[in-house]
Amino acid sequence: MPEEVKAHITGVVFQITTKAGDAVAEGDPVIVLESMKMEIPVEAPRAGTVKAIMVAEGQTVQEGETVAVLE
Amino acid sequence: MLSSVLIANRGEIARRIIRACRTLGIRAVAVYSDADADWPHVREADLAVAIGPAPARESYLNIERILGAARTARVDAIHPGYGFLSENWGFARACEEAGFIFVGPPWPVVQQLGDKVGARRLMAAAGVPVVPGSDGTVDTLDAAREAAALIGYPVILKASAGGGGIGMVTVAGEPALPQAFASAERRARSAFGSAALFVERFLEAPRHIEVQVFGDASGEVVHLAERECSIQRRHQKLIEESPAPRLPLRLKDRLTAAAVAGARAVGYVNAGTMEFMVSGEAFYFLEVNTRLQVEHPVTEEVTGLDLVAAQLRVAGGEPLGWRQADIRPRGAAIECRIYAEDEAKRFLPSPGRVTRLILPEGPGIRLECGVAEGVEVSVHYDPLLAKLVASGATREDAIDRMQAALDGLVVEGVKTVIPFHQRVMRSAAFRAGAVHTQMVEQGAFNA
Repeated sequence: MPEEVKAHITGVVFQITTKAGDAVAEGDPVIVLESMKMEIPVEAPRAGTVKAIMVAEGQTVQEGETVAVLE
Repeated sequence: MLSSVLIANRGEIARRIIRACRTLGIRAVAVYSDADADWPHVREADLAVAIGPAPARESYLNIERILGAARTARVDAIHPGYGFLSENWGFARACEEAGFIFVGPPWPVVQQLGDKVGARRLMAAAGVPVVPGSDGTVDTLDAAREAAALIGYPVILKASAGGGGIGMVTVAGEPALPQAFASAERRARSAFGSAALFVERFLEAPRHIEVQVFGDASGEVVHLAERECSIQRRHQKLIEESPAPRLPLRLKDRLTAAAVAGARAVGYVNAGTMEFMVSGEAFYFLEVNTRLQVEHPVTEEVTGLDLVAAQLRVAGGEPLGWRQADIRPRGAAIECRIYAEDEAKRFLPSPGRVTRLILPEGPGIRLECGVAEGVEVSVHYDPLLAKLVASGATREDAIDRMQAALDGLVVEGVKTVIPFHQRVMRSAAFRAGAVHTQMVEQGAFNA
């Protein structure tokens, strides 16, 4: 069952720490956002495999926007 | 006397510097990124120069663009404010080489004090107490282990090139050291471009107290008393006040004397702040901020002096003209930093558009506000929107005034830390002046 990983804040994609095919545990950072001089990881809501990363480094994402998909 | 100053900054501090320029009859030139075109500091300046796209690297942190704007505007000096390029000695030197006066200490002083390990050595040599720590950087895990064993656990690993609490890792005991060392090295490299670390004793629940110093080209150095800055989150300040509550007079005298001795030892010129950690009757040098401090207004409120105007006068070659005996702080002043952060979610950033803004007024209330209704608070910069300062004849008066002013301060469109400040002002521990740097993290002010 695919699940979307959503940004919980508005920020700029600072670092993409996983790639398609990577296994992640619940709470693992999938990407890292930078907002107002803070680095904030967006964490996997559950264990799974990264199906796709939907953003690129340097891109601005809004709160609630999908940044990755797990399967 | 300076005639024209470019302000290499934004928001509330740019407005503060514009105001000081007005007082002295100096032409104030602002710079702005694409994200800030409709911000108040741009409107208020005598001239505003666009310097590039929103990311700070391409605008406020870009030395060539700042110098380009200074040439276009034909200024004679550049005020860096705080943050951004303010403690970058390369920038201070570039200003000088381009023929502009840098409003701050001479660049070699910025360079010397910016190196945290070097600064520690200089201060120790000047007789200023330093936290027990490694003599220089620890380049390997084995070196860190050896240093930590001598110092005694718990220890803290810090980036030599660092500041602002970034890249610091505390280590409870030797088993945790390898992982902590690797993590601190990684963070230091990514944040500061250098993985060099040093080790210090970690003090449990110390107070953070700093001393404002000011020097001029003739070698005169005075202090403007202390500020208590213990209410912090992520090693960054939320509330500052002067004087420090419940600070024994003899300890205060030793702190201010050490700060002046340290500043004299390096030939300090212009405004600077010596930061200390205080634990019981002991105090230790932390670092020197070679710039105007965010919380300078509390010092201005208790001394009646204008620090920014003094910075501009001293940069223009005038003597400071303040004798230590004439500086007599009176009353008490407190500052609450109004950040765009969701305090209910562990101070997560809250960018967005300010849809409504009502600023409180009243006796002893001062606002240093960077925003206006309608502006977009961007993800690219620090979340500081405004500083609310309350002063009174006593600390209790200042707290009461702050509490009322916080109730009258309305910011809509972004989340702010106002509810946190309201709880602090009502807290018995804060009112009793029993503050330390771990309070916020320990949940002392939780709802």
